[in-house]
Amino acid sequence: MRKFTFTVLILLIGMTLLIGGCSGDDGTTDGGDAMVFRYNVGTEPETMDPHLSTGIPEATIMLQIYEGLTRLNEDGLPEMALAESVDVSDDSMVYTFHLRDGLVWSNGESLTAEDFEKSWKRALSPELAADYAYMLWYIKGAEAYNSGEGSVDDVMVKALDEKTLEVTLEAPTSFFESLVAFKTYYPLYQPAIEADPEGWHTSADTIVGNGPFKLVSWEQGKMEFVPNDNYYDAEAVVLDRMVFSMVENESTELTMFETGEIDMTHTVPGQEIPRLEETGELHILPYLGTYYYIFQIEESPMDDVNVRKALTLAIDREAIVNNVTQGGQLPAYAYVPYGIPEPDGVDFREKGGDFFSYDIEEAQSLLAEAGYPGGEGFPSVEILYNTSEMHKMIAEAIQEMWKQNLGIENVTLTNQEWGVYLDTRDEGAFQIARAGWIGDYLDPYTFLDMWMTGSGNNNSRFSNEEYDSLLKDVRMTDDEVARMEMMHRLEEILMEEMPVCPIYYYTDPIMIKDHVKGYVNIATGGKDFKAAYIEQ
Amino acid sequence: MLGYLIRRLLSAIFAIWVVITVTFIFMHLIPGGPFQTEKAIPEAIKENIEARYKLDQPLHIQYLDYLGNVVRGDLGPSYKYRGQTVNDIISERFPVSLQLGLLTFVIAIVLGMGAGIVAALYQGRMPDYITMFFSTVGISVPSFILGTLLMYVFAFRLGLLPAAMWGTPQHVIMPAVALAGLPTAFIARLTRSSMLDVLNQDYMRTALAKGLSRLRIIWVHAVKNAIIPVITYSGPLLAAILTGSFIVENIFAVPGLGKHFVTSIYNRDYTVILGLTIFYSILLIGLNMFVDFAYTLIDPRIKLTGGKE
Amino acid sequence: MQYPKELFVRLTEKDVQAEIIRPSITYWQDAWRRLKKNPVAMISLIFIVFLLLVALFGPYFSPYSYSDQDFDRQNQGPSIEHPFGTDSLGRDQLVRVMYGARISLSVGFVASLTTFIIGVIYGGISGYAGGRVDNIMMRIVDILYSIPFLLWVIMLMVLFREIFPATGGGAGLYSIFIALGLVFWLPMARIVRGQILSLKEQEFALAAQTIGAPKWKILFRHLIPNAMGPIIVTATLSIPEAIFSEAFLSFIGLGVSAPMASWGMLASDALSSLRSFPHLLMFPALAISVTLLAFNFLGDGLQDALDPRMRK
Repeated sequence: MRKFTFTVLILLIGMTLLIGGCSGDDGTTDGGDAMVFRYNVGTEPETMDPHLSTGIPEATIMLQIYEGLTRLNEDGLPEMALAESVDVSDDSMVYTFHLRDGLVWSNGESLTAEDFEKSWKRALSPELAADYAYMLWYIKGAEAYNSGEGSVDDVMVKALDEKTLEVTLEAPTSFFESLVAFKTYYPLYQPAIEADPEGWHTSADTIVGNGPFKLVSWEQGKMEFVPNDNYYDAEAVVLDRMVFSMVENESTELTMFETGEIDMTHTVPGQEIPRLEETGELHILPYLGTYYYIFQIEESPMDDVNVRKALTLAIDREAIVNNVTQGGQLPAYAYVPYGIPEPDGVDFREKGGDFFSYDIEEAQSLLAEAGYPGGEGFPSVEILYNTSEMHKMIAEAIQEMWKQNLGIENVTLTNQEWGVYLDTRDEGAFQIARAGWIGDYLDPYTFLDMWMTGSGNNNSRFSNEEYDSLLKDVRMTDDEVARMEMMHRLEEILMEEMPVCPIYYYTDPIMIKDHVKGYVNIATGGKDFKAAYIEQ
Repeated sequence: MLGYLIRRLLSAIFAIWVVITVTFIFMHLIPGGPFQTEKAIPEAIKENIEARYKLDQPLHIQYLDYLGNVVRGDLGPSYKYRGQTVNDIISERFPVSLQLGLLTFVIAIVLGMGAGIVAALYQGRMPDYITMFFSTVGISVPSFILGTLLMYVFAFRLGLLPAAMWGTPQHVIMPAVALAGLPTAFIARLTRSSMLDVLNQDYMRTALAKGLSRLRIIWVHAVKNAIIPVITYSGPLLAAILTGSFIVENIFAVPGLGKHFVTSIYNRDYTVILGLTIFYSILLIGLNMFVDFAYTLIDPRIKLTGGKE
Repeated sequence: MQYPKELFVRLTEKDVQAEIIRPSITYWQDAWRRLKKNPVAMISLIFIVFLLLVALFGPYFSPYSYSDQDFDRQNQGPSIEHPFGTDSLGRDQLVRVMYGARISLSVGFVASLTTFIIGVIYGGISGYAGGRVDNIMMRIVDILYSIPFLLWVIMLMVLFREIFPATGGGAGLYSIFIALGLVFWLPMARIVRGQILSLKEQEFALAAQTIGAPKWKILFRHLIPNAMGPIIVTATLSIPEAIFSEAFLSFIGLGVSAPMASWGMLASDALSSLRSFPHLLMFPALAISVTLLAFNFLGDGLQDALDPRMRK
């Protein structure tokens, strides 16, 4: 018998040596002083076709290898990129973009205005069925073609010559120059698409880009980029190589950061934040979004505005951001987040101010007014959230606050798997549901239009005539100042009626090594490493 | 025997068909769809997408179309990973899970059976207690805790192994150990207890009394008989670990197949759900068939055909 | 040959009693008698009883409830006031672990019980019948194995929300019992069936058959007791698996709703802050491990006690 155990032992030792011994090049170390940046993008991209992609990890990847007419800067404002200049007609309806001289694709072929026209029309084609095609609906004729009602020839985007692109809009759109920086507006290399319409973007070999970097390999959860020598602004690119990993687990990602396997993470585990703050490597980046609860306002007791207000006022938001989320989030006493500048340069939120505060007495009296003094007789209500540790903790904290502050004892918590949760919200089969919204572009409108009567995102079933007609006015006007005024009024209505209970404004807390410099964070999602470098 | 083999194959095909059908019905019954997102997309675009993937057709047509494609070996396109087919996903990720799974399996069998045999032979003595203690800890520490602890010790504290990712032999060690923990412990206990069953039987005492060498008895009788429950367990075990583990892949960022078994359901990525379910059920049913034949090799008295037929 | 009638005397009931030296005790009584002689198993049994008492009555002796929050004492390590420390919302971890025991223990019990009952009977019949019956029964097992568990769970969740809208779909522990009951007996059925296939061809089974013992009696009196070793090992394995599956199911949205939490849930929630607050993982994980150790030692003791060959 001893012989047998011995053999097993030898076998095991041999196996370990075999595995441990044949160490190969792990591909992340470079000889010499090459400047390599390693980032964890967080997940495998769902698709590498810029027109089809919807997620933020994809947006980050696309930002490195593609570029549109404009590119967003640190403040989220558009700067001329492939376009050298733009002329806007007096009625703000016609944009004429002038491309730079000598633009080429990463393979050296020349890039013309016609590429833009073809690409945008492709993004709109009903056969492609792109989720984000509606980002192009601002263009005249786009919605009709995309919906299968109009012809592709009526889409008002035209290459006047090799370097001039003329776009006619449906209505004045003040943020159109930021829109054209969005990935659905990227030009795509048509010969590659024609060669393999379905799979052209699934391999690094067939992807042809036009951005600061090009993708050289994509396999087994890892992407590698090198600078694109054909990029018009190639001198601005400093890095020699970039490696993106696709680690989803937050704790694993943090370990990799701490062992020096990556230079930047895509998120951090919320509970570790206090410890990480001490390292000085935790950075709280802006993120244009609001975390809120929605009330389903058709049914009792949430149909009573006083109940909604009482519940809203009785939440201690300072405690939530300081003790629960801990990621530098700001307590939300209004709906539209910080970070959207008005034409005069003042932040929309700062100008709008707070609409309410943490006020237990006021909340109690509102609840009494609604007929539930001291929480007595308040029917049982349910908070619905989708499966996530953080959502659960916030809901637990709020449940306790309502109990302590309002005397409401029977609040139950229900969590649902994502798909079921979305369905429950769509059907309005909830009383209070957790939700959140990240802005698509830098304008309050991206937060306000969802509360239109019957909007697909209006799960609260909120309906207000003044609100709807004001929204329409906002869409039609080209007077920037009046437009902002109207949007302040929209927010005011929302806060008077309170179909939504804002909780905090999102932030994007991530870990960044001190030697990483020059990256650009885009508040609507995505990171730009065009000018990033490693300080040596 | 040939008749049995044919019946067995037919019943396997029938079982796979039932699996496809039930899964198809279930996934369409549960709320949500593949193109539902938090930011609701306009109706017109939704219609475009549904038309593109033929989801606008009646369910029974979709079902029949799907069955037709499966027979031809085409598992369809993924709805979530646009541009990739289910066949792409399997052929890209299965090799990773296969490597990891086979190593895990070898560890579990060799270590588990070895420890179990030792424990049984030294019943009630130190080696027995030590093995049983570790195997109990092994089954009570699930892979997500074991994996996290391994990473903390070997990657963070000691810096001996890369924390995560895939590509070199070093990357395989921690996920394999994390995955092997529970099956190793279970096999050790299973081996020990069935060994003891055999060792206490009269014919063992007879054999010993006849003066046969102890080692020979252990090999010929005890281990051979004790191996039956281990083999029974190996069928489903192998099918499960070869198709990847969601938890371990997630912790160690292994680009294996396990992730898709879970995320496809969250994403309601219908074709991926069905494709992977078919893939798994073929493996499982095939391996279980193999297990049954292994029984007859180990113990020729075992009859699968039911004797008097 | 003729025997004189006088040689035969009819025995009275009393005489029969006198003939039997050993009192007739059942299989189970005998097993219990032998279990009592095993100190490790008895200590484990006492520990399990103690644990049950703590789970049932412990929370009433605590000044805190499982949901009392206090942001001033977040994530504190163990102290006299809070022997197990406090969690991320400043809740007393000890009382949460005690409440967690209720959930985890009942899930463990029910899972191992259903595994035992359904798995043993199903596997036993399949293996003993063999042939066509076996083929059909085992394909059903294969089918249940193959249909994704997560689909079952989401189906159940939706179903429970329809049936019991008031409970928000979690529907308490019953939904967990049903979800686990659906699939947890499958490995047991396969193990038992494999054992029976082999055992039924052995001499003692053939002997029983020859003397004309009824089939069910052969199966349940002779074959299954001889397969007890693997059966008990499999049943004890189902306890930790059930405890952690419960955590996963709660996470998805089945089972008891927050702020109540089971051991598995406490452990998995603590993982993301393991580096900063290891005590949050330590106590629930320790509770699980010690309990399982007790169950396993008891299981080993039971295996010896139930083994018919050990019967004297």
